Amino acid sequence: MADSILVVIEQREGKLNRVSFETLRGAQLIAAETGWTIEAAVVGPSTSMTGIVAEVAKAKVAKVYAVDCAVCEHYTPDAYSAALKTFIEQKKPKLVLMPHTYQVRDFAPKLAAMLNRTLISDATGYRLDSGKLIFIRQMFQGKFAADVSFAGDPPYFATFQTGAFRGDQMEAGSAAAPTETVKIDVSDPIRNKPLDIFKEAKQAVDLTQAEIIVSVGRGIKEQKNIEMVKQLAEALGGEIAASRPICDSGWLPMDRQVGSSGQTVAPKLYLALGISGAIQHIVGMKGARTIIAINKDAEAPIFEIADFGVVGNLFEIVPPLIEEVKKAKA
Amino acid sequence: MKILVCMKQVPQKDAPLKLNEAGTWIREDVSYEVNEPDAYALEEALRQKEKHGGEVVVITAGPSRSQQVLREGLAKGADRAIHLEDPGFVGLDAFNTAKAFAAAVKDEKFDLIFTGLQSDDYGYAQTGVILAQILGWPHATIIMQIDKSDSGIKVKRELEAGFFQHVDMSLPAVLTIQSGINKLRYATLIGIKQAKNKPMRKITMDEVKPSLGANMQKIERLYIPQKTKKTEMLDGSASEVAKKLVEKLKNEVRVL
Repeated sequence: MADSILVVIEQREGKLNRVSFETLRGAQLIAAETGWTIEAAVVGPSTSMTGIVAEVAKAKVAKVYAVDCAVCEHYTPDAYSAALKTFIEQKKPKLVLMPHTYQVRDFAPKLAAMLNRTLISDATGYRLDSGKLIFIRQMFQGKFAADVSFAGDPPYFATFQTGAFRGDQMEAGSAAAPTETVKIDVSDPIRNKPLDIFKEAKQAVDLTQAEIIVSVGRGIKEQKNIEMVKQLAEALGGEIAASRPICDSGWLPMDRQVGSSGQTVAPKLYLALGISGAIQHIVGMKGARTIIAINKDAEAPIFEIADFGVVGNLFEIVPPLIEEVKKAKA
Repeated sequence: MKILVCMKQVPQKDAPLKLNEAGTWIREDVSYEVNEPDAYALEEALRQKEKHGGEVVVITAGPSRSQQVLREGLAKGADRAIHLEDPGFVGLDAFNTAKAFAAAVKDEKFDLIFTGLQSDDYGYAQTGVILAQILGWPHATIIMQIDKSDSGIKVKRELEAGFFQHVDMSLPAVLTIQSGINKLRYATLIGIKQAKNKPMRKITMDEVKPSLGANMQKIERLYIPQKTKKTEMLDGSASEVAKKLVEKLKNEVRVL
């Protein structure tokens, strides 16, 4: 049998997570170089997956499987790992790719361990090095990139970070791909009992609509210094936002947080003050049209995605900047 | 409740890092600190103990320098520590680290094991989940709240985009703790003093080696990431930089 890539498509409560298309695109690029075939699988009770399977079948893939698992209706790591383990043992893919979502993070390491295999998590890309498949991932909070390879036997497991590939560049198939429902009976006990999914207090601020965002990170040092940033945001007519540690410390409310656990924004201007640029933050703001970063550390990863950068002390730069902005607006 | 907290020593957030000569790892001569999510995991364990009684044990794997994170844990209120002491632990993949921890605590009976949700160095976010699988325990990740219930615990998991989910779990269980679940305490002077007399069990690589396997993934090379954008750097005095920035905001970004 030819080598194949299995892409696990994410659905939650019957809704397709479109970040899966980015992973499919990654699989298509790998397949173009290796000649491996691509198959996709959606896990859940078959009744809630018909629409998702049909949508995925429009992509250029060899086949789409509905992994019909009655106990997978509400996500649990036990049910998902058990269903996928059985399915993977049947299909024997060489490579299993998944998007690095919170749901996948919850079960994929377990799934790989159940098969006595390893998972390269949160990859941002891949490379073929004389036929050897290498995944690229960030380490040390984005300060370094690493080329990571698999040792041992397939199946190999990897997850791709959100934004690693463009979902809108995914190739469509010339005709709908064949689909097949594979029924999997999970006999392992499902130990966790998932309850309600909810949002905390209604979000007061919708940063996604903001045209200008002035965002602050650890470099601000103390709570009292937030005031300065507020003044700059006000002068620019923008919203103030922050990286996670600032909200964790309670210096700004949680609804001001930008990043994987906060809001994803795409303003005209994102001004990052004292933000180093950890991956979890970057995924929430890299869609900004212009990024300006001020940071004392010239090596800070934020400068990798900034259009304009200033290496310097934000406490010295922000006060005159507020004055200059006011002058320009007057 | 008897709680084990897995902790890791990582380079300080703003420490300048240099690559080793082989380009496979960083040079070790940097300042280190407790991996941030692990500090929250420890804090949560201490709070659970204060509420429900029991014991908090801290564990780490690494060279002698990593004992510092255990000392900090003991100073903040953990009861005892386990140190898998060997420079070789730094190079283990997540599966092997989990195997080493499992072997180290095989004769203990914990109700809960906490890890931080991921480390600031590797950032795999896997060790806790794999540890649960090895022990045959249930797990839940990215936890923001833990309450005792009649049958075990009820946890609040963080999902993406501001959503959360409650999950009922039985014990024993492994939880990976999200930063911000609580407010961290500082070690007191008296705590630091008491820590010196608390038990610290040392485990060598040889003791756990029979439980380990070959690493199944390998870091081939570590390097400075390629820039995806061309960044125009602005320099000068603070007031010059301020003027240049406003110039850009006006003429190029066009938001003024």
